[in-house]
Amino acid sequence: MELQTLPLPSSATVGARRAGAVRASASTVLRSTQVRRLVFFTALLAAWELLSRFGPWPDYLMPGPLAVGRAIVGGLKSGLFLHGTLVSMARLLTGYGISLVGGVLIGTLLVRFTLLRETLGALIVGLQALPSVCWLPLAILWFGLSERAITFVVVMGSLFSIILGVQSGIANTSPIFVKAARNLGASGVRLYTDVVLPAAFPTILAGLKQGWAFAWRSLMAAELLYFSLSLGNLLQTGRDLNDAAQVMAVMVLIIAVGVAFNQLLFAPLERRVAERWGFGATGA
Amino acid sequence: MTDARGLQLRGVARTYVSGNRVVEALAPTDLDVEAGEFVCLLGASGCGKSTLLGLVSGLETPTAGTVTVGGVPVNGPSPERVLLFQEAALFPWLTVEDNVAFGLRQSSLPKAEQHRVAREWIDRVHLHGFEKAYVHQLSGGMRQRAALARALATDPSMLLMDEPFGALDALTRDRLHEELESLWAATRKTVLFVTHNVREAVALGDRVLVLSPRPGRIVGDFRIELPRPRSLEDVTVMQQAADIMTVLRRALADTTADDTLLEA
Repeated sequence: MELQTLPLPSSATVGARRAGAVRASASTVLRSTQVRRLVFFTALLAAWELLSRFGPWPDYLMPGPLAVGRAIVGGLKSGLFLHGTLVSMARLLTGYGISLVGGVLIGTLLVRFTLLRETLGALIVGLQALPSVCWLPLAILWFGLSERAITFVVVMGSLFSIILGVQSGIANTSPIFVKAARNLGASGVRLYTDVVLPAAFPTILAGLKQGWAFAWRSLMAAELLYFSLSLGNLLQTGRDLNDAAQVMAVMVLIIAVGVAFNQLLFAPLERRVAERWGFGATGA
Repeated sequence: MTDARGLQLRGVARTYVSGNRVVEALAPTDLDVEAGEFVCLLGASGCGKSTLLGLVSGLETPTAGTVTVGGVPVNGPSPERVLLFQEAALFPWLTVEDNVAFGLRQSSLPKAEQHRVAREWIDRVHLHGFEKAYVHQLSGGMRQRAALARALATDPSMLLMDEPFGALDALTRDRLHEELESLWAATRKTVLFVTHNVREAVALGDRVLVLSPRPGRIVGDFRIELPRPRSLEDVTVMQQAADIMTVLRRALADTTADDTLLEA
């Protein structure tokens, strides 16, 4: 699971870079982070390749990076990887979208109404403690092996994190912002959209990010049980075919998709918040 | 004395209930302020100065009495009476320009006009070049300037200033005094300015009202006739401040005198 957060480059590009790194004299270039990182991953891949060739495990259980690279190229060429990724993304976005709308709505209501907070709020904190995969058996009983069951599990994975992020973000907003805004004529929905939500956004963003991570994990778990083409299903197919290279290739693909989303979606938002609010070392 | 466009408080009082304790923040108070007048409210902490401003702004509701501005009872906040806080309360997610335009954006003013008015006020508070800056990039004095521009952009009739320069260093505060005085001279807004610094009150105000602590009530009303512009260091300002201090000490004799009032 932790591997998902490592910025592991795809095997193909690392293979190309490796030749260059070996030729460069190690002592002078070790200073930059990128060089250190390159050396680390090159060494890791080399050790992996050696282990797969000379280790005690059979090839089909412990393929090397070259074999995995070939599986990746094969998967990309056949279109299976692209198709599987698109199917998984569509599911993720559907479930996450529902959680986003519901989470902002429910989180806002929880702050607004004490009775709701005391009752529903406690339930949500409790449900948050349940790993979302645990919803899967129930979802399959209710909805069968259908898209609805998958959406349900993804929503259960991300909804509570988003609710709690929105709730604590709004509850901890400095009341002086609301005072100043009401004084300047803001009221009703505009007070929420122009002031309360932007003021709470740094905390909400943390909830959105956690919700995204949980949604992604529960989606992969759920897809292992499905027969239609998807990222999780490609993993399972690899296992059924005794093809460890495909399993690893799909794992690399899943890492790449996870990292890409973090870099394209959340990293820019976090940078924006840091720049505006003056968080971190960039502050004046 | 009574101006139809001015501010009237009639028997205005405010009590807070916390648990089974009742705190009387402001005793029933009558007050008349003429339109365009610069009134300083002077008092120790906890004497209901901020409560009084809150009630005039409409962000707080009195437990008794009525506040009227220009003959119209106040029942709720309005961009006509803008409160300025010690911590500036600018919105950190907006640029200086968007902060200044905030009140205008809540109105139906055309976009281009919002933009023009915001720029004009940014220039008038000497923040030209900082339109696109975020709040954390501004110094304390610049933040107060931006807050002042944001308040004035909606063209209010009244500015309610709650120790706006209290957290600033002396040099910055002096400059902001000058700028505030010249903005006031040019726009003739009614100003209620809360401070616990006697000399600041004398240097800025047409009138200085002294409030006693717990429950707050007005115990002194001084008219300052000194020629403007004034400086905190003027001998006449210091003299008048000393006179007010004497009255103040006597008024506070029954309560614990607050040393912060004696500060330079």
